[in-house]
Amino acid sequence: MTAVEAAPRRAATKPDEAPPSRRRRRWLGEHPLGLLFSTPYLVFVGLIFAYPVVFAVWMSFQDYFFAAPGAEVDRPFVGFDNYIAVIEDPAVWRSFGNVGIFLLINVPLTVGLSLLLATALDKVVHARTFFRVSYYVPYVTASVAIVAVWLFLFTSNGLVNQILGPLAPDPSWLVNSGLAMPTIALFVTWKGLGFYILLYLAALQNVGKELYEAASVDGAGAVRRFFSVTVPGVRPATVLVLLLATITGANLFTEPYLLTGGGGPNGASTSPVLLIYQKGIEQGNPDVASAIGVILIVFVLVIAWLQRRFAGGEES
Amino acid sequence: MTRVKAALRYVLLAIGAIAFLFPFYYMIVGSLQATPDPTISGAFPDPANLTGENYVAINERVNLFQGLANSGIFTGGVILGTVVFGVLAGYALAVLNWRGRGITFAMVLLVQVVPFQLLMIPLYVMIARDYGLSDSYLGMILPFFINSTAVLIFRQYFLQLPKELFDAARIDGAGEFRLLWTVALPLVRPALLTAVLLTFIGPWNEFLWPFLITKEAALQPLAVSLANFISNIAASTSNPFGAMMAGAVVLAGPAVALFIIFQRYFVSNDLGSGVKG
Repeated sequence: MTAVEAAPRRAATKPDEAPPSRRRRRWLGEHPLGLLFSTPYLVFVGLIFAYPVVFAVWMSFQDYFFAAPGAEVDRPFVGFDNYIAVIEDPAVWRSFGNVGIFLLINVPLTVGLSLLLATALDKVVHARTFFRVSYYVPYVTASVAIVAVWLFLFTSNGLVNQILGPLAPDPSWLVNSGLAMPTIALFVTWKGLGFYILLYLAALQNVGKELYEAASVDGAGAVRRFFSVTVPGVRPATVLVLLLATITGANLFTEPYLLTGGGGPNGASTSPVLLIYQKGIEQGNPDVASAIGVILIVFVLVIAWLQRRFAGGEES
Repeated sequence: MTRVKAALRYVLLAIGAIAFLFPFYYMIVGSLQATPDPTISGAFPDPANLTGENYVAINERVNLFQGLANSGIFTGGVILGTVVFGVLAGYALAVLNWRGRGITFAMVLLVQVVPFQLLMIPLYVMIARDYGLSDSYLGMILPFFINSTAVLIFRQYFLQLPKELFDAARIDGAGEFRLLWTVALPLVRPALLTAVLLTFIGPWNEFLWPFLITKEAALQPLAVSLANFISNIAASTSNPFGAMMAGAVVLAGPAVALFIIFQRYFVSNDLGSGVKG
């Protein structure tokens, strides 16, 4: 959007051009080739994003089921039946509640820790590269690989409980219905933090040095400067971090699937996407699964809107 | 006072580094233990307890080489699509002036916030059922074929090139395609590496999508076969944790190595511009 304004307005016509080409240019712009260059991407977006979104909404209003390829089957319109089935299912409510718990732990931890570490990293001269790389190593590693270590760390006689000794929770972390979801939230926070630190590092470059100096002259200490200059200065990045963390939470699948053996104990760590997988593909009800997906999108949009509203709505 | 503050800063950063790196260290130590030792002393390698058996054990259940090759083909296909078609789109968005550019750019931004996994049911129906592409590399690659964040990074880099450069080449009679290939592309080589690195993370680590559409073990990327091992077969091996972590080392190794070697191409400013648009 900013690009359109920032782009140079080149002379629309050149004197030696023939009229037909001028007319074509008025329709397609100065470089019609741009459309050709973008066609593969546009086709991709249409096929992989736009069409599936429409298809998902349509499917959620049908009695849709899997059939052999090429078979003619009747898939009647059923109105809100799928949505009613979803709303009456306590497992769905539970999974949305679980995402709520996840977000309550993950979002404040992510914003707080990544801003803190990015601020510290920004002022440091030595070993910057070492710290930066060690922070994003978890981000670039597959969840599946890290899950293997976390399972070992958090089993009932694992290292974490050995260190905690008598303070170790019983039942252990991942099989404790009160702790399974918080442990997953901790895992995801730890894994993604490096990426958010990079985002905040970029944002910190845009906070004017003179603001810090002015605050110092006015007698503000380091803590005061952090809250009065740094925090407002990186607000656009914070809005972005909030949005990305929310989307990550809504997309949660691999961690509950592997870390807690499919959302256990007793559904205490089931996520909506895990439920979509179980209902849609394992149990063969893609229509109900799509309805969960549509509700989840609405849920994400509402949260994103609230965040924009209350965390500062400036365009980043 | 300032010295104390600087020291505190390093202490904070060091605690962070330990928290981030320890699980990786523990992964390697654990993968080499003959019998799993979860005690505190087990966090330090014990020469009497060292073995390479776990790597053999996991390789008997999961064909590590085949898995790595499948991950490589999956990732390579996505990188190829992103570099070829993503560069074209990024160039068109930054340098060329055409009708529909604004809408296309808005779309690139919008796609970033569509949670991909919410599309999994319709995509599964389309790709696995309608097109019959389950258990194929094409079906794996298709939903990730062009990375939109990479398109934004390309655009950002092309925007930074001076306009005079393009005008001069156009006056010399260079076509847009030659302009892209011989003038613009060589100048944005660092962006190419950044975008390749960023694109690499997605398919190499992706679990859900290839898990949905590959049932045949010979076609599964390593992330999928390792996950199947963790959730189904690990319990039946003599040292399940050791074997799991040996597989994890093999899966994590290439990604971590790549990002350490090319770390200077993965810095905040590129990413910031990429994500913020």
